[in-house]
Amino acid sequence: MSGFNFAYLDEQTKRMIRRAILKGVAVPGYQVPFASREMPMPYGWGTGGVQVTAACLTPDDTLKVIDQGADDTTNAVSIRKFFQRTAGVAVTERTAEATIIQTRHRIPEAALTADQILVYQVPIPEPLRFLEPRETETRRMHALQDYGLMHVKLYEDIARNGAIATAYAYPVKVEGRYVMDPSPIPKFDNPKLSNSPALQLFGAGREQRIYAVPPFTQVVSLDFDDYPFEASKAPHACDLCGDPGSYLDEVITDDQGGRMFVCSDTDHCATRQAAGHRGRLSPMEAAQ
Amino acid sequence: MSDTPLLSVQDITKTYGARIGCTGVSFDLWPGEVMGIVGESGSGKSTLLGCMAGHLAPDSGRVVFDTRDAGPRDVLAMREPERRMLGRTDWAFVHQNPRDGLRMGVSAGGNVGERLMAVGARHYGQIREAATDWLQRVEIDAGRIDDKPRQFSGGMQQRLQIARNLVTGPRLVFMDEPTGGLDVSVQARLLDLLRGLVRQMGLSAVIVTHDLAVVRLLADRLMVMKDGRVIEQGLTDQVLDDPQHAYTQLLVSSVLQV
Amino acid sequence: MIAVRDVAKQFVLHTQGGAVLPVMAGASLTVQAGECVGLTGASGAGKSTLMRMIWGNYRIDGGSITVAGVELAGAEPRAVIALRRGTLGYVSQFLRVVPRVPTLDVVAEPLLALGVDPAVARGRAAELLARLNIPEPLWTLSPTTFSGGEQQRVNIARGFIHVWPVMLLDEPTASLDAANRAVVLDLILEAKARGAAILGIFHDEGARTAVCDRVVDVTGFSVLR
Repeated sequence: MSGFNFAYLDEQTKRMIRRAILKGVAVPGYQVPFASREMPMPYGWGTGGVQVTAACLTPDDTLKVIDQGADDTTNAVSIRKFFQRTAGVAVTERTAEATIIQTRHRIPEAALTADQILVYQVPIPEPLRFLEPRETETRRMHALQDYGLMHVKLYEDIARNGAIATAYAYPVKVEGRYVMDPSPIPKFDNPKLSNSPALQLFGAGREQRIYAVPPFTQVVSLDFDDYPFEASKAPHACDLCGDPGSYLDEVITDDQGGRMFVCSDTDHCATRQAAGHRGRLSPMEAAQ
Repeated sequence: MSDTPLLSVQDITKTYGARIGCTGVSFDLWPGEVMGIVGESGSGKSTLLGCMAGHLAPDSGRVVFDTRDAGPRDVLAMREPERRMLGRTDWAFVHQNPRDGLRMGVSAGGNVGERLMAVGARHYGQIREAATDWLQRVEIDAGRIDDKPRQFSGGMQQRLQIARNLVTGPRLVFMDEPTGGLDVSVQARLLDLLRGLVRQMGLSAVIVTHDLAVVRLLADRLMVMKDGRVIEQGLTDQVLDDPQHAYTQLLVSSVLQV
Repeated sequence: MIAVRDVAKQFVLHTQGGAVLPVMAGASLTVQAGECVGLTGASGAGKSTLMRMIWGNYRIDGGSITVAGVELAGAEPRAVIALRRGTLGYVSQFLRVVPRVPTLDVVAEPLLALGVDPAVARGRAAELLARLNIPEPLWTLSPTTFSGGEQQRVNIARGFIHVWPVMLLDEPTASLDAANRAVVLDLILEAKARGAAILGIFHDEGARTAVCDRVVDVTGFSVLR
């Protein structure tokens, strides 16, 4: 830990980021600009989330890092190690034990509590970006709640695909005011954004934006009356733990067309298996 | 006859430093009237249009619009959200270049539907129905509803821009050289379309153009501008057939027979 | 219905050094409902000028003209527009239309502007075109491609499609053959019988005697030397 301030960033920078976070909490869904720092990792690897996590960490915290639900992928492992080295905090893979969870593209299956902070890594914070490229104009649109364009995007989706085909980064409206990009989480996770007891923070490093959804905030997914929002997932149960309701990854197992569906949330799956739940392809079942 | 003008422009002045954009312009536009503004390049007609439509902030003057809810109100004194709401409900603006008025990356149906969605339409089927109806009204094959504007010809793009603007049933349309840049036969079709829509919807319109033939066919009234000032205004055929001001006489006598 | 009192007109020719050209002074006439009055006088005496002042596309520089009680001298454009929409009809010598618009729609337009149902308006237009011997295959074409006589008849059909209480006719029978001329004269007589006040310029003396109750010579109003 020598040679570094606690959690890598200097205290002035952390104060600056905390001010941005507080403003974000005060104005739910509003993108607060902040002076994003160069981090010892490339843009796109979670520099925004890392800075928000660094600003929130205390020595007593227990950190969990997930990448698309998994604790054991490169991105999750490297960020977890980064904070182990620079902050010396306890780490865990158990959702229930963590006080801060940094996530890329998922919300854990287990319900979060008021003692937890969920930090999202955000690549592109502006939900209107692909419809209106001018940042000056999108800021004005947010200011004036001029959000017709957001529905144009959904309209185009239905016109082209017969249904709202947007499956991730599905736009939401926060507390009836700001339209927000929930980061590229699957739309299956969107309902969990709303009314959560945990504080949810979003950090975009390259884009230099921080925004927040405070606890117990209403978050509504945009839709049409005749094409309502649906939190869809693959129509299977987990092949390892048998959970019919969790979000699944599809894994190709051979070149004969063999495949299996497993929970994307590895902790959730492991916890269920430890409790004796079994799926179609569980090793024990296969052994029998 | 209504006693309240739909739009009352009062003493609008806009300068660019020492240069005059337009100065001391006043007129009333009544419901159902189409007014043409003609003048050569630099005469201030586009500046005036920009000031009226809220794209430019005039140095002084008032633009009073007879709103549906609250009666006559000075648009320049409105808050930005109110003005934007006006801009997508009761007002419409047709640009000379359709690329300025359309979203080129969004399908024709999405372009037409945007104003509806902006004012809260949330039923896909109904939005699509309205878009289909409007494409047909501007003589675009309904089968092209999912095509992007860049696949359309110039004349079709301009008709699409008109549909996109009129879908919310506005009462006032600003048009900046709506037939400029189109070839003559396409212009004729567009003029006929505009005339029909103005009549059916009881629209009021302000049309800026340098084409006297266009105002002859579309406008009830005409305003002639030169060097930022209105030098003559009146009934279109009176201004064209019996021009009083030296500049207007020159203007009328120097075009081909209209 | 038409009252012209002591009307004067002058042109200021700015393109010719601001020369002031007085053309008319002291012009007075009236036309009652159900009456047809013909304007006479040599070419250039001011017949068309007077007609245009009544139609409103020439400014009135002195005196007063009222049509159906509406004062035209110094009138607001919207007053003139309203008058033209329902009260005052005009058959000019020239057909001025948006190119490519079908003849049937050109003729129906005055009714459409009054809010008449399009099917009814087109039906009435078809009746008039048939009566004026415009062959049906031409109805869907633009009149801009028609011969002079055909254009003139389209213009007349358009001018007679609405029952205007006041009508101005500028050479309605010029360049028409005998059969069509007879149809037009019938149309004028029917309008008169309905009670329309009609003021016309007829070079064709036969036509003038057939429809006009009296004539007014404008030569006396002319101040051109």
